[in-house]
Amino acid sequence: MVTAAGTTAGSAFDIAAATPDPELPMVTIADLGILRAVEEHDGRVVATITPTYSGCPAMPEIAHDVRRRLERAGFTEVVVRTSIDPPWSSDWITDNGRHKLADAGIAPPHSAPTRGPTTLLQLRPTRRLVACPRCGSTQTVRTADFAATACRALYRCDDCREPFEYVKEL
Amino acid sequence: MHDDNAYDLLAENLDDHHRWAFGTGFVDPLEGVDTSVPDDVDASMLATYSLMLGDDALVYSHRLQQWITRMPELEEETAIANVALDLLGQARMFLTRAVKADPSRADDEDRLAFFREAHEFRNVRLVEHADGDFAELVGRLLVVSTWRLALFERLRWSRDPVLAAIAARAVNELAYHRDYAARWVVTLGDGTDLSHHRMQAALTAIWPYVDELFTTHPVERALGDAAADPAMAREPFDAVLDTVLTAGGLERPTTAPLGLLNGRAGRDGMHTESLGLVLAEMQSVARAHPEATW
Repeated sequence: MVTAAGTTAGSAFDIAAATPDPELPMVTIADLGILRAVEEHDGRVVATITPTYSGCPAMPEIAHDVRRRLERAGFTEVVVRTSIDPPWSSDWITDNGRHKLADAGIAPPHSAPTRGPTTLLQLRPTRRLVACPRCGSTQTVRTADFAATACRALYRCDDCREPFEYVKEL
Repeated sequence: MHDDNAYDLLAENLDDHHRWAFGTGFVDPLEGVDTSVPDDVDASMLATYSLMLGDDALVYSHRLQQWITRMPELEEETAIANVALDLLGQARMFLTRAVKADPSRADDEDRLAFFREAHEFRNVRLVEHADGDFAELVGRLLVVSTWRLALFERLRWSRDPVLAAIAARAVNELAYHRDYAARWVVTLGDGTDLSHHRMQAALTAIWPYVDELFTTHPVERALGDAAADPAMAREPFDAVLDTVLTAGGLERPTTAPLGLLNGRAGRDGMHTESLGLVLAEMQSVARAHPEATW
């Protein structure tokens, strides 16, 4: 076990950043942009995380995991804070995170739309050119706007016929 | 012990951090957020206002959850479950904001959600009713999310930075909810004779509760630009509804608005009997086992 005395300023971040997301364990909370900051002063660590959606039920578990990982690494005083401003955006998912999602069969999100003062009504199904993460075909159809979690939509590939998930832009 | 598997972590009680029986790993959703009230904002009124917006989401989320296992298709069930979850998350943050603004109200969000009586709830009456059918579900969801989105597009500039941040997060969620509901209203309105008839009947049934949404409450007026004046939401609401109703070949109902009782409505704690039925179900476990953990 690494002791607090033996750690460097960078390592607290690395330890927190390696925490897997409970819902998408193939990516870390740093890949997803959920981990906003890690500050270390005299062995005291303050990690700041941000919820993706208002009702994201994974937040308590993420906070718990981050705290436990840092404590096991020898940091005795660990505080996990929430930040809600600015709100999380799917644009914060790193390139590395996008590759990992695609490798796991989940299509990564497009850029989040720039929003004016009002959000325009979309009466037609959201049209996105989403490539199938398995065969690369763009002959895909959206089958549902909401999937196993609020942050994903369901698609089906018309070429390889496989259903897959798409992380929605937000 | 290997700690990379989140499901193992969920299953094991690894420390003394017991979980509340009524949520998953209940912790303060505003943990570490600066919740001090701006100097020129009345803290008690801010708490009351937070309760209004939180109770709308809490009660409506519960009504949506009652659709789970009753939806016509799995995809629609997943959609409604996610909408309900988004609203529950918004409710938790608003109720917590109420507690932080005025700690004399309650110890925490749990106390507010599970141990208040119906007359202490501040939600608008539209959200407390059970939907009679799928058409009423999507009709009510369209009205509620279009109204709430119009409110929050203003609230995101609130003088209270906490309300502003909650609203800024919620607008993107509400836009997804609204568009989902709008597509179904058009589909049913523009579908078969039967689906058209039922969609029109559903709109007529919920219409008496619509005017209440746009009535400025004295608390909202007193809070000024810390709140979002619902009267200002009427115009964007009407524009969206007109577009959707036209696309679905539906008529805007002319049903008369439900009256006030002694000048009071949902925002004053004056509810229909439907709210009592929601609370009886939602609060029963917490009240039977007030100290339960799992």
